[in-house]
Amino acid sequence: MSSMTAPSDLPKKSVPAAPTRVGGITLFARREFRDALASKWFLLYTVAFTVLAVAVSFLSLSGVGSQGFAGFSRTAAGLLNLIMLVAPLMALTAGASSIASERERGTLLYLLAQPVSRAQLLLGKYFGLAAALTCSLCIGFGISGGVLAWRTGGVGVGAYATLVGFTVLLALAMLSVGVLISVGSRRSSVATGIALFTWLALVFVSDLGLMASSVLFKLRVQEIFGLATLNPLQSFKMAVIVNMNASLDVLGPVGAYASQTLGNGLPWVLASSLAAWIILPLALAVVLFVRRGSV
Amino acid sequence: MIRAVNINKRFGQAHAVSNVSFDIQAGGSVALWGSNGAGKTTLLRCLLGVIRFRGMADIGGLDVRRRGPHARALVGYVPQELAFHDDARLGSAIMFFARLRRVSGARAAESLAAVGLNGHERKRVRDLSGGMKQRLALAVALLSDPPVIFLDEPTSNLDASGRGEVVEALKRLRSDGKTLLFASHRPDEVILLADRVFVMEQGKVLSDTTPSALWPTEKPVQIVRLFLTKASEAEAADALRKAGHAVHLNGRGLCVAVPRGHKAEPIATLARSQIEVRDIEVLDDLQIPEAKQ
Repeated sequence: MSSMTAPSDLPKKSVPAAPTRVGGITLFARREFRDALASKWFLLYTVAFTVLAVAVSFLSLSGVGSQGFAGFSRTAAGLLNLIMLVAPLMALTAGASSIASERERGTLLYLLAQPVSRAQLLLGKYFGLAAALTCSLCIGFGISGGVLAWRTGGVGVGAYATLVGFTVLLALAMLSVGVLISVGSRRSSVATGIALFTWLALVFVSDLGLMASSVLFKLRVQEIFGLATLNPLQSFKMAVIVNMNASLDVLGPVGAYASQTLGNGLPWVLASSLAAWIILPLALAVVLFVRRGSV
Repeated sequence: MIRAVNINKRFGQAHAVSNVSFDIQAGGSVALWGSNGAGKTTLLRCLLGVIRFRGMADIGGLDVRRRGPHARALVGYVPQELAFHDDARLGSAIMFFARLRRVSGARAAESLAAVGLNGHERKRVRDLSGGMKQRLALAVALLSDPPVIFLDEPTSNLDASGRGEVVEALKRLRSDGKTLLFASHRPDEVILLADRVFVMEQGKVLSDTTPSALWPTEKPVQIVRLFLTKASEAEAADALRKAGHAVHLNGRGLCVAVPRGHKAEPIATLARSQIEVRDIEVLDDLQIPEAKQ
């Protein structure tokens, strides 16, 4: 390195400038998206989700009455259970490692020493991961949708697109929760552990807890419905069932109450619940990250 | 150019930085000198605005807490150890920071060339040597030609050759009028690069002095670093001072200035006081008198 010279020999700019707010967010989002696409977790989750989605589609369509809308509904119902397991797991773990892993590697300090704000960094990482997750899900849905179109003759394309849309909303909500966990965790392994616990709680425990609570406290149907919409997975499930033109009666008296009370507004209420799960944890994560005393 | 007023930072009950105030003029070069845990790194982080603190700090008239991104745009930061994503390629890594600093790709390439890293763009960060990583950090710090450079022990992980290259680059930056604030454990770097030294201990700036006041550079000296048991360091420093040596404790041993050809004197002095020396390092500061001429 004998040729090492100070880069101040280069043409000078007047005053070094910070990126604009949007510019900073976009830069971090693009980097996060690129890093996610190159990462093993993205590949693993995409392959796993795609294989399972295609398998569910084949199995659902292999039975009697697999043609037309009946075939679509059966496949969508099968996908629903798969999505409720896989999409939150993908999003929670991706979000949980976002900030904590940067902190653990020491790269967070270096990034924060650049002319950007903490909010720009966090939002940029969120949007980048959101784009990567959406891509991952769309690959799985795309191939599975191809199978579905081939076997059902293209019936239910609109409903299928809505299923994809609600799945993306669910994934973004879980990503927000994951990022919130990450902001509060010093170590990546701790953040991932909390994310897995949260996933278990949302997927299994809350369902059982709601059932137990309704029996124990003799909750009224409107109270059970209110509590159910607090769980983004339940909101997602009800939204998808409504979207399939199925009656929420399949969910018992609570579903019947929701259908009768909210009517056509029900999908919007459920979508709003998911939107709140996207916005509130993300906003809380930004506030906590900005106010954090240390790196 | 850099102003700090009553900076305080606590981690729990521990005062990492305590009531630190100073002013550094444009073009000044200031070394932070002190033992491990003295608060040097925390002070740099406060000035960068990356951690919360009480007090006030501004860079180029910009409050680092209220206008953090704009203040940091005026600062190039070189950490103790470069923290890039290991999988990233050198070329894409510097391009990311070039965009953050709103400079062109051509300028990023020029910066790499300026630190001798052109031709290595396809290498992954994990494949770079320690010296190359520090040169990359320096290239990133200087991308937008900022007027202020913060360095946190930039040569601590480098061998003698790598250290010399970085010091040479910093000397050029200093002569170009950059404002430097750096933490260092090496007296030779402090003497070569700084015109002021903040001696820090337990989060406080104990004295705002000059390298020549700390180290007698008017006649040829060598700096010898003695490694002792922690318990005997203070007693050893007293014994050496009584014997007429300039002594400074820092986090990596006891630094003693000795006339050339008399490197064994401090060891003999300590032996008379029955203080055991575990190891010795002669710092490569033979050019100090020439550099000061």
